[in-house]
Amino acid sequence: MKVSVNDLHKAFENRIRLGIMSVLAVNDFLDFNSLKDYLDVTDGNLASHIKTLEKEKFIDIEKRFIDKKPNTRYFITEKGKKAFEDHLKVLEAIIKSQK
Amino acid sequence: MYLKVLFMNKEKDHLKDISEIRSMMERSSKFLSLSGWAGIMAGIYGLTGAYVAHFVFNFKPDSTKYLFYDFGEIILLALAVLLLSLITAVLFSKKKASDKGEKIWNSISKRLLANMAVPLIVGGVLIIFYIANDLYGLIAPTSLIFYGLSLYNAGNFTIREVRFMGFVQIGLGLINIWFLEYGLIFWALGFGVTHILYGIYIHIRHER
Repeated sequence: MKVSVNDLHKAFENRIRLGIMSVLAVNDFLDFNSLKDYLDVTDGNLASHIKTLEKEKFIDIEKRFIDKKPNTRYFITEKGKKAFEDHLKVLEAIIKSQK
Repeated sequence: MYLKVLFMNKEKDHLKDISEIRSMMERSSKFLSLSGWAGIMAGIYGLTGAYVAHFVFNFKPDSTKYLFYDFGEIILLALAVLLLSLITAVLFSKKKASDKGEKIWNSISKRLLANMAVPLIVGGVLIIFYIANDLYGLIAPTSLIFYGLSLYNAGNFTIREVRFMGFVQIGLGLINIWFLEYGLIFWALGFGVTHILYGIYIHIRHER
């Protein structure tokens, strides 16, 4: 398989976005604060990266109420899962081809 | 020359990406702050409890329907062992988590506890029924089996070895059913010896 850096999805060039995808790939749902804890970023920073991934339709939001307080949870979409897996495959292939 | 440096950097970046993805996935799906020391301490409490029950309170269950006039002491003792073990586990985990700059109460520890709670509550209700009906002999195997099931569940959300410890507890509990007169010994083997061996293994394997 011939691979090049161009096969890597632009959305994953950023570390934080890659981090969001990684944790959502192994968790069914995560709320904003849990994401923040894992990634160690500021609110504004995380929100903007989440928005980017949302626009790509890689992640989606579920809004619900806990004790009448709104609670927003994020989850990975089928499209996002596929894109993330492809990204991993390309990364691995690039590393292998460079050895 | 410049190109080569650029290329090398890229390669390093990809490697770093992969190792970061891996650690992110693990950190967010597994509770890795369980301490080997907590296991060792829980085992020591368990063995002490079994010793006190047998030699101080003269608790010698030898059949399913065992009439023991003062079972209250034994229940208090068992609850004390359970409480001490839980407190120790929480304190050690808290320390381990804060050493790594993580919080102990996060989505994954919640999920871990929720998955352990189901078999523990079912086993607990069964044991209350046994106590109410003087079926003391069945308490040891039942607590081993349901504790084992909860560890088996927990293994999905923490280090894999916990699942193996679950199998050991379930096995001890099932064998115990055929040898009810040795309930206290099986209980000491499961809650005492197994915890200590597990704790030592975890300490050597993951904490040094």
